[in-house]
Amino acid sequence: MSTKEPEAMTLETFTQGLWKDNPVFVMLLGLCPTLAVTNSAMNALAMGLATTFVLIASGFLVSLLRNVIPKQVRIASYIIIIATFVTMADYGIKAISLDLYKALGAFIQLIVVNCIILGRAEAYASKQTPVKSMINGAGMGFGFTLALLSLGVVREILGSGTLFGIQIMPDRFQTWSVFVLPPGGFFVLAGWLMLFTWLRERKSKQEAL
Amino acid sequence: MSAGTSSSKLVITLGGIAVFSGVLLALTYEITKPMIAKNESEALEAAVFEVLPGAVARENFRLDDTGLRKVEEGSTEEPNLYAGINEAGERVGFALPGEARGYADVVRVLYGYNPENKQVVGLQVLSSNETPGLGDRIEKDPAFQENFTALDASLAHEIETVKNGEKTEPWQIDGISGATVSSKAIGKALRLSTNEWVPKLNAALEAGE
Repeated sequence: MSTKEPEAMTLETFTQGLWKDNPVFVMLLGLCPTLAVTNSAMNALAMGLATTFVLIASGFLVSLLRNVIPKQVRIASYIIIIATFVTMADYGIKAISLDLYKALGAFIQLIVVNCIILGRAEAYASKQTPVKSMINGAGMGFGFTLALLSLGVVREILGSGTLFGIQIMPDRFQTWSVFVLPPGGFFVLAGWLMLFTWLRERKSKQEAL
Repeated sequence: MSAGTSSSKLVITLGGIAVFSGVLLALTYEITKPMIAKNESEALEAAVFEVLPGAVARENFRLDDTGLRKVEEGSTEEPNLYAGINEAGERVGFALPGEARGYADVVRVLYGYNPENKQVVGLQVLSSNETPGLGDRIEKDPAFQENFTALDASLAHEIETVKNGEKTEPWQIDGISGATVSSKAIGKALRLSTNEWVPKLNAALEAGE
């Protein structure tokens, strides 16, 4: 890769994660936290932002050290770097809100083994400049957050009748508890996947014409 | 960088990254520690005020075989019960912890005990993992919470959970239909805790007066 890239390339690496290579809806990565913590919009947002932070920070550091880390120990090095930032996010969330920390439970610590992050480190940050790696990480992170929020919003409205803890459905509304339970996660994920795949196919057909 | 990398370089790289991580984590820990401690103390305070109606201040106590004594803030001794003080400066009761196995995981509660009339006067679930929509109603259900405004804890009879609508005695807890196991867990937590602590507390209070 040449050092001088046109502006469009930098923007593209950001939107790639947001839409074309969306980690959840296109690559189907990170499904475990996607299903587990999206029972409310707030949990989904917090989980998404924590993952974004880890993606950006680890992308930066991995890229910075890409010429220093020997090939044989690169995965071990990435894991240490990722685990460090995950632990920082863990402390951070605990300091911000205990309730949120309890709701997210072990899934914050489990960001360490989220394949999106190690995948980014190996496939992108270890080959690109720090700035581009951070932009790419931010794109992936926001794409992940967007996907989590899409699930969280639907599940919270139908399952609890609220959005970000504020009641929006009329009192008469009978909440569908199944949506805050694990099966609801699968239903909503399937719904969004169908919608996104349909949109993508329609777009590619239009482009082919 | 391939076969020629000496093992000392691998050790130095990994060691260097680990040391850097350690420094970063120590820093984060130091920064967030007071915030986390503040959050935890506030959460505890809120729970104590919740289970002891009228309480506006809290005092920490430790009750063991040697008797009841006050634990000052910042002391190394772990308090195991808390007294609530009302606006007039009088002690309105004690908040004690209890726990029992629920449907999914251990249910931990904090309850208010009034030694004057020997009643449980409030209860809050500190942590539980009960099924959303069914078992987790033990946390919010107003009719169920009503059980703990004046529950007899004189230990003439042990506290027990009965089926919904079958409560006839002051020491019985009216269960939630559809959440039998979770309601029983609350009853068990209270029974175990009151059987153990209430006699000790009463003896200590009598000895002190």
